[in-house]
Amino acid sequence: MDSALIPKGVNRCPLSELILKLGPVVAVLLWGVVAMFMCWIKGLNQTNMNDSYGFALWIWADLTVIALGGGAFFTGLLRYIIGKDKLKNIINFAVLIGFICYSSALLILAIDIGQPLRGWFIFWHANVHSMLTEVAFCLTCYFMVLTIEYLPLILENRQIDRLPFFHNLSHNMHEIMAVFAATGAFLSFFHQGSLGGVAGVLFGRPFAFREGIFIWPWTFFLFTWSAAACGPCFTIMLLKITERITRKKLVKDDVVDLLAKIAGWMLTTYIIAKIIDTWYWAMVTAPSLGFELTDFYSNNPFYGMWILILEIVVCGIIPSIILISKKGRSNPVSFMTAVVLAVLGACVNRWAMVLQVMAAPVLTFEGWPMYYPSWQEVATTLLPVAYGIILVALSYRYLPVFPQEVELNPVESEDQGGKAKKAALSGAEVSPARA
Amino acid sequence: MFPFNFEWIWDMSHLVFMGGLWFALNILGLGMTYCIIKAAIDTSKGKGGEHS
Amino acid sequence: MKNDQAKKYGMVIDLDKCTGCGACMVACMAENNIPFKEDESNKLDSITWMRVYQLTNGKPYPETDICYIPRPCMHCEGDHGHSPCVSVCPATATDYSQKTGIVSQIYTRCFGCRYCMAACPYHARYFNWWDPVWPNGMEKFLNPSVSPRMRGVVEKCSFCFHRHQLAMNKAFVEGRRELEENEYQTSCAQACPSGAIAFGDLNNPKHTVNQLAQPDNAHGGQPKNPEVFRLLEKLGTNPKVYYVSSREWVRRAGDNYLKNENPGKAH
Repeated sequence: MDSALIPKGVNRCPLSELILKLGPVVAVLLWGVVAMFMCWIKGLNQTNMNDSYGFALWIWADLTVIALGGGAFFTGLLRYIIGKDKLKNIINFAVLIGFICYSSALLILAIDIGQPLRGWFIFWHANVHSMLTEVAFCLTCYFMVLTIEYLPLILENRQIDRLPFFHNLSHNMHEIMAVFAATGAFLSFFHQGSLGGVAGVLFGRPFAFREGIFIWPWTFFLFTWSAAACGPCFTIMLLKITERITRKKLVKDDVVDLLAKIAGWMLTTYIIAKIIDTWYWAMVTAPSLGFELTDFYSNNPFYGMWILILEIVVCGIIPSIILISKKGRSNPVSFMTAVVLAVLGACVNRWAMVLQVMAAPVLTFEGWPMYYPSWQEVATTLLPVAYGIILVALSYRYLPVFPQEVELNPVESEDQGGKAKKAALSGAEVSPARA
Repeated sequence: MFPFNFEWIWDMSHLVFMGGLWFALNILGLGMTYCIIKAAIDTSKGKGGEHS
Repeated sequence: MKNDQAKKYGMVIDLDKCTGCGACMVACMAENNIPFKEDESNKLDSITWMRVYQLTNGKPYPETDICYIPRPCMHCEGDHGHSPCVSVCPATATDYSQKTGIVSQIYTRCFGCRYCMAACPYHARYFNWWDPVWPNGMEKFLNPSVSPRMRGVVEKCSFCFHRHQLAMNKAFVEGRRELEENEYQTSCAQACPSGAIAFGDLNNPKHTVNQLAQPDNAHGGQPKNPEVFRLLEKLGTNPKVYYVSSREWVRRAGDNYLKNENPGKAH
């Protein structure tokens, strides 16, 4: 039915099967949309946030998807600026994941603010000293970059590409993509960092506060670093899930191995920096403000020392050791374990730097307030996940996301085997060069 | 955001921060403008026809 | 006629005099049109610009002692106006006045990101989770000098700034540029039946607050009076609300100390 839209030389399931499979995902999406409108119409009283938890699940989700979406900027940096040409075979997918993550982050922010119609004030009345202003500016600009990077992929759809103007536009955009990628890397460095700065500058909150260089606390650099380390891991994790669902190999192992190796070294250096930062904070910064390390991890039912061990040891040291060793990367089980742990590490770190910052009492006569999200918060947080699945499915179906797919999965139909194989091979020649 | 916003001050913070913003926006805007105009010219010259 | 000396309005609360009656909270609610819910028992989502905390020394009878700490916004000066909340607000919706030392909140500018709440260690900032709804007829008795706030914005104690504006207007009409101490007083200070709350210009040696706290402006406003302390002094927020107590455990409760740390070192 939609075969005219499907890239040449690839196999896709019937449209009806796709619709059937996406049915539950669409249901989750609609559930999220209902919750989103409830929040917009009735206000943030629909959430379980309160005056102690001004930042909660949404801001965690926001920080997390931005960190994990960092795969796009880092892969782009490696591909276009550093010149790791091999990564052209995964860059489309990284851009797609980045686009989903960043559009989700903007949507979540639009729901999270108390007066959504005044959201533009952050630009118009910008306070240049606020980390959040820097986040908003760079986030919006980088979303534009991701849109520009995603656009050529859409234009490469078989039917759109037939129109000469769009074909030329896509070609021209590819030609100067390095300029956009460089701008994206510059913007990403600042907004990933600013998100770390959001917590790090809070000198009224000893759990979050860090010293630093000039106006940037150490968390500024740690957040950028961890995004560059864990973002590519997220891209790889989703690639493997996509391969499992489609039952196809979509990217060659050497490409994945290269990206994983670089991510591994980023993670290793990051975790060393993180350990130094944690040690200095525990030994110098916090005691100077009257706190001992154990104060932040005791006298409450949830935030124990386990969170620090989980983040640094289980989700930091272990995956970095696996990813930097060739043996670790070549074993599928240990490789996937490392990738998943690295992703989980970013999630745990962002959780601590948002939720635990809010929870840890500062006044001596206050306790740890606890929080659990309302269903509206959960639904609106799952909304971007559902939207992401749908966009990946549609992009995979109609756009040449994986340049190596044709080569790795030659189509052999019963009646025109030779023809199809020939088409597949010619497709393999065209796609990677244009990706 | 603009010098005519009343909270604007001509200081280093504003020049660096807003300078960075407008620099990035200009690169994106000019880059896309170049791509679109060049695509229009290429199309008028008959390029890209082999794919149609 | 020239007003060339910057004011630094602040408060000194004598905790030995405070009985915890809550009159300051009630006066504040009425003066500033603070909305309330039918059920105010959940203090995590209700608005109390001035909130009275109860502290105990944790000792068994007969050594049990309690203390009440009224907590308005501290109007932190930080380092040269770099107060925790002002510096983080992305839309310049909160500002530190170098003329008065008051941290303002512009409700119509705030878009409700709540970053200032995350930044404030005193929990002095409150979010309007609901639209303000007043019991039938009560809207007629709202204070016309204070604008009610809409849902989705942050609000906090303003040191009754509208009273400062009214007092300044009156002074201008009378050809003055300076206010007498009693011309500008917050509603909580006036309502306190035991006279525990003093309010005035911390920079003015004639004002009670200056005499009680003896702030040392060369050292971030730290009090010279050994019985006076500020909440969370170590953080460097440089608050303008001072507390007086003759009881050592109360003063120690004002800040965090490491085990075996001598609280005297905090000052």
